[in-house]
Amino acid sequence: MLTLIKDTLTSQVVTLWRVFSHLWVKADTVEYPDEQPYMFPRWRGRIILSRDPDGEERCVACNLCAVACPVDCIALQKTEDEEGRWYPEFFRINFSRCIMCGFCEEACPTNAIQLTPDFEMAEYKRQDMVWEKEDLLIDGTGKYHDYNFYRVAGKKIGGKDKGEARNEAVPVNVRSLLP
Amino acid sequence: MTFEVGSGLSIGVILATVILVAAMLIWVERRLLSFWQERLGPNRVGPFGLLQVVADMIKIFTKEDWVPPFADKFSFVLAPAIIMTVILMSFSVVPFAPGVGVVDSNIGVLFVLAMASLGAYSVMLAGLSSDNKYALLGALRAAAQMISYEVFMGISILGVVALAGTFNLREIVLAQEENGWYVIPQFIGFVIFLIAGIAESHRLPFDIPEAEQEICAGYHTEYSGMKFGMFFVGEYLGLVLIASLITVLFFGGWLGPAFLPPIVWFSLKAFAFIAFFILLRAAIPRPRYDQLMSYGWLFLLPVSLLNLLITGVIILSTS
Amino acid sequence: MILLFYIAGAVAVISTVAVILQTNIVHALIYLILSLLAVAVCFYVLGAPFAAVLEAIVYAGAIMVLFLFVIMMLNMGQHSIDQERSWMGPKVWIVPSILASVLLAQLLTVITQYDHELALTTVDVMEVSALLFGPYVLAVELASLLLLAGLVAAYHLAKK
Repeated sequence: MLTLIKDTLTSQVVTLWRVFSHLWVKADTVEYPDEQPYMFPRWRGRIILSRDPDGEERCVACNLCAVACPVDCIALQKTEDEEGRWYPEFFRINFSRCIMCGFCEEACPTNAIQLTPDFEMAEYKRQDMVWEKEDLLIDGTGKYHDYNFYRVAGKKIGGKDKGEARNEAVPVNVRSLLP
Repeated sequence: MTFEVGSGLSIGVILATVILVAAMLIWVERRLLSFWQERLGPNRVGPFGLLQVVADMIKIFTKEDWVPPFADKFSFVLAPAIIMTVILMSFSVVPFAPGVGVVDSNIGVLFVLAMASLGAYSVMLAGLSSDNKYALLGALRAAAQMISYEVFMGISILGVVALAGTFNLREIVLAQEENGWYVIPQFIGFVIFLIAGIAESHRLPFDIPEAEQEICAGYHTEYSGMKFGMFFVGEYLGLVLIASLITVLFFGGWLGPAFLPPIVWFSLKAFAFIAFFILLRAAIPRPRYDQLMSYGWLFLLPVSLLNLLITGVIILSTS
Repeated sequence: MILLFYIAGAVAVISTVAVILQTNIVHALIYLILSLLAVAVCFYVLGAPFAAVLEAIVYAGAIMVLFLFVIMMLNMGQHSIDQERSWMGPKVWIVPSILASVLLAQLLTVITQYDHELALTTVDVMEVSALLFGPYVLAVELASLLLLAGLVAAYHLAKK
């Protein structure tokens, strides 16, 4: 019984005092709508499609993001322009399904799809949560400013032939006998 | 109509005040808890979030009043009414200030105990009629807990009753005017009454009948809308009641230096205890069920009996 | 005051009848609690506030809670209601009703013959306790011994 009283005094009463003394500690709360919290640059928020430094779409419609997506919220259709560049005919993200896991960003070979620190995506109608390519595309380069897929890839497009990409050797003519 | 003990006006004012205070406690508790947890709490609706209560009430009144088809409708509807009724009845014997009160009963203390024991039915009927395993578990726990702690609650008050020589709560306060607050001679009784009072109104840390983490919400798992609201407000009413009783029995009720009116002294003391209960909720973890029971029967019962015995010996030897 | 007494008495009688007639055991128990509370009101009106409050604390507040506690442990479903209902046949009623009506007739004759006023003197807690610990102290001690024996027995059973 004595130990019970001693424990009560040393443990419970001290606990009560410690908790009570938090009364004069400043609250950690960020009063959100009045005061914007600092969002970290790598926060996984609203998804965008970026453009390369030349202002063209980065997305080459490889479908890797759609495959990587665990909730299957990305739908797209590949098409080609006359120069040979691939791009998505449509690119649709259903944000009411999206769980902001960032797998699409990791899967993307061209840094086209990126997650941004924006999280204010509430809508009154569920249909408004489905974003098309026009809504997703931004004018800038997102997090990666210098990268341009077609400048480093061997793919031939209008104005850039085989072997003209950065760090790319001229293709070997396999029919020639010369070394 | 005059404002005196037992007049219709004073009954109406006391009833309205008590219910209003209990409803405001929803906001007070959330605010205080959040201060102790380094948060801000509800501060959006109205100045300082004061209108949060109004918002909560609008929500709870407009919710669907749902009775599950498998429930026993008679007991299901009866249960929340019982808790509100018995606790509001208990307030009728509490003397708030000179001339403020509903009735000066010669059996005031016993009446409070009787009402507290009837309060157990609310919880038990709610759990039993819900036909839900969590509700039943909660009701079983509540029944055992409330019967047990009623015993210690009653015995712990008896020291005060013996010192004052009356069951009348107003006369107990008046007796403290001459003899000093009973918290000094009856400190053990005060501590036991405090603990038993918390267990009786199943507030945290003794909220074992409605432990969210173990058994959903215990006996009111199946309740929603205004019926849940009555349990909710009933719990706060019980909190106000226990705080008022501690004030009356051990801390001299409305007595205090004359620069403040008596009713203000009473409110200040009662609010201090309400804040203390909220602090307990913020600080102390919930004990296990068997710990609660063995603590009650093996520690509180002998100590309270010993307290009563020593009090009796001292009274007899001095008189 | 007398009117209150008759109202409370009527509530007590009606709810006691309802206890017998109810087939749902929980409802029956609620009526039993109501009946006990009505009896408590009767005591209060007759000037025995202490007895009234003890009735409410001990019978309505503690013993009936234990009854309800036991009922909670049992699995009472529709089948128990049906069983109760099957026991409520008219045959079962005959003998108890005859016996009860004999008692009722006796009671009525007693009431009509010994016509005396209700003595409305309030017996205070102090007087009750003075009596209990004065002339009747032996009875109180015997009762407490009995309770102690019950306590020890319960402790023994719980230990096993």
